Amino acid sequence: MAKVVFDEERCKGCELCTTVCPKGIVIMAKDRINKKGYHPATVKNMDLCIGCAFCARICPDVVIEVEK
Amino acid sequence: MAKVFERPKALTDKPFHYCPGCTHGIVHRLVAEAIDELGVRDRTIGVAPVGCAVFAYEYFNCDMHEAAHGRAPAVATGIKRVLPDRVVFTYQGDGDLASIGTAEIVHAANRGEKITTIFINNAIYGMTGGQMAPTSLLGQVTTTSPYGRQADQAGYPIRMCEMLATLEGTAYVERVSVHDIKHINQAKKAIKKAFEVQLSGKGFALVEVLSTCPTNWGMTPVEALEWLKQNMIPYYPLGVLKEVE
Amino acid sequence: MAKLLMKGNEAIAEAAIQAGCKFFFGYPITPQNEIPAYMAKRLPKVGGCFLQAESEVAAINMVYGAAGAGARVMTSSSSPGISLKQEGLSYIAGAELPCVIVNMVRGGPGLGGIQPAQSDYFQATKGGGHGDYHLVVLAPASVQEMVDLVREAFDIADQYRNPVMILGDGMLGQMMEPVEFKESKGRDLPPKTWATTGCKGDRPRNIINSMAIDPQELENKVKAIYKKYEEIKKNETMVECFNCEGAEIIAAAYGTTSRIIKNVIEMARAEGIKLGLIRPITLWPFPEKAFEEWADKEHVKAFLAVEMSTGQMVEDVRLSVNGKKPVYFYGRTGGMVPTPKEILAEIKKIRGGF
Repeated sequence: MAKVVFDEERCKGCELCTTVCPKGIVIMAKDRINKKGYHPATVKNMDLCIGCAFCARICPDVVIEVEK
Repeated sequence: MAKVFERPKALTDKPFHYCPGCTHGIVHRLVAEAIDELGVRDRTIGVAPVGCAVFAYEYFNCDMHEAAHGRAPAVATGIKRVLPDRVVFTYQGDGDLASIGTAEIVHAANRGEKITTIFINNAIYGMTGGQMAPTSLLGQVTTTSPYGRQADQAGYPIRMCEMLATLEGTAYVERVSVHDIKHINQAKKAIKKAFEVQLSGKGFALVEVLSTCPTNWGMTPVEALEWLKQNMIPYYPLGVLKEVE
Repeated sequence: MAKLLMKGNEAIAEAAIQAGCKFFFGYPITPQNEIPAYMAKRLPKVGGCFLQAESEVAAINMVYGAAGAGARVMTSSSSPGISLKQEGLSYIAGAELPCVIVNMVRGGPGLGGIQPAQSDYFQATKGGGHGDYHLVVLAPASVQEMVDLVREAFDIADQYRNPVMILGDGMLGQMMEPVEFKESKGRDLPPKTWATTGCKGDRPRNIINSMAIDPQELENKVKAIYKKYEEIKKNETMVECFNCEGAEIIAAAYGTTSRIIKNVIEMARAEGIKLGLIRPITLWPFPEKAFEEWADKEHVKAFLAVEMSTGQMVEDVRLSVNGKKPVYFYGRTGGMVPTPKEILAEIKKIRGGF
C-alpha cells in the first residue's frame, strides 16, 4: 500500500515526474490548471502506486510527498 | 501509512522561483536532505551566489550570507576562519565559479579551506538571459555565441573538476548529474560525502552537478535532460576525480 | 605607561589587535606591507587568524564573510588595491556590517607611484563603490593619532554597523614616532545577535544580504541606513581648529599636510601673518560647521585648502564656506609633498590680493 500526494499549486507542469514512474501512473491533469496556470501532475490509479518515490525525487519543486 | 518522502527541514516553505523543470530545485533539495541527515542545520551557514540561485538565501533554512558574483569562496573562507566548527557551504553556478570567480575557487581549494562547494554546471548563464558560459560546449548557440561557440574565438569549455583535483588542498572532487533517478541518487551520495569531508576536516570538497537550463537551451524540461545526457556527459565525464583517504 | 617608538603601519596593526581585532585579510602593496607582515607575526600569537588572500578583491570578500560571522576584522591596502575593494565595500555597507579598512594612499591614478598622496579623498568620501552609501572616514595626522583612531574606528563600525576607513598616506605609514597604547575598554556595544553563527536552538535564521529586488523595499532600506548617517554626523564628527582666533587666512588640511601647515603657521607668525588651520579628523562626516562658523568671523579674509592632490577636499571646503569668503587651493600631486616655503609663498600671494 502506498500513495503520493501532490501539492498541485506548487506544480509548474515540467512533466519530469511523468518520465520516471515505473508503473506509468503519473500524468498531467489536462482537465484543470492551477493558480500559476500550469496543468498539475497527478496520479490516476493510485492503487498501483508502489511508493518508490521516483517522482518525488525528480520533482524540482518538492511538490510530492510519499506515504507507505 | 508513514511518510517516506517529504520536504526536508533544511528547506524553507517558500516556493522556488526557478523555471519549470530547472534542476536547481532538485539540487537544492539534495543539499537540504544532506544537511538534515547529518543533523547540522543549526550550525550551517550557506553562501549564496549571483545567478539564478541569487535567492538561495530564501530557500535554505539556515543562516545565509550573500556574496558578490564569484566571491562566495572568499566569503566562505572569512566565515569558516572565524567559526571553524560550523559547516560552511557555497552554492555556485558556472559563471560564478568558472568565470569571474576562478581565482577565488582555485585559491580556496588550494588553501584546503574546509568548506563544501556545490557547483551547478548548466553550460549557460541563466539569470541574465542565456549568454555563453566558460562551460558552454563547442558549437553551442547562446546569445553571445550566436553562431555557436568557436574555439579560436572563445576558447574551449573548461573542466573545473579536473583542474581543482590537481591541487594539494583539495580533498574530494566528484562530478555528478541529475538527469535520471539513478544519477540523482548518486548525486545525493556525493553531496552528502562532500559535507562529511568538511566535518572530518580533510580539506576542500566540491561536487560539480551537471544541470539543465530548459529555458535558455530552448527546449522542454524533458528534452533538456536528454540533451544533458547526450552532449554534456561525454565532455564532462562523471565520477570521482579526487578522494583523499 | 612607557612610550614605544613605532612605525606608523606597525602601530596601526598593533592598535587593531589591542582593540580586539583577531582577523586580518590582506594583500601585499606598497606602502602598507608592514601591516600584513605585522599581522602575520602577531595574530597567531594571540589566537587570531591572518590570511594573505589571492587578491584585494578576495581579501575584502573574506572581510565581508568574517564581519557577517560577527568578528572584528580588518583589511589594509593602498590606492590601486582600494579601487579593487570598492565592490566589496558597497556590499558591506549595503549589508550593514562593521569592518575597518586602512588606505595608505600613494600617487595615482593608475599604477601611479609609491610616494604619499591625498588623491583618494573623492574615492573615500564620495562613494568609491556604487550606490547610495558612505564610509566613515578618519584622517589621522600622527602615529599616536592613528593608534587612537583605530580603536575608535572599530567602535564606530560596530556601533553603527558600517565600514570605517582610516585614510592615511605613505608618509604616515612609514614614519616612526613615539606612541602610547592607552588602556581603554571602548564603548558599550550591543551583542551581535544578527551574525551568521548558525541558528542554534530556536533562534530564527540570520541572513546577511544587501539585495532588495523590490524598489520600494530598497528605498526604505537605504533611507534607514541614511538615518544612521544622520546620527553619525551628529555624534562622530571630529575636527581640530588650531590658531584660528584672529586669523586672517585659515588653511584647511588633513593628515601629513596638516603637520606641514602647523610649521607654516610658525613661519607666518614670524613675518606677522596670522594663519590658522582647520584640520578635519573625520573626512566623512565632513566638519562643515567648523568652516561655517569661522567663515562668519570678520577677521577671516580667506580659506586656503592645501592637499597632496589636484584639489579634492577643497570642494567640500567651498560647499561649507558657501560663498561667504573666497576659498583658494594649493596642492602638489603624484607623490610630491609641498614644502612649508611653497605654502607660505602661496599665502603671501593671497594676501597680496587683499
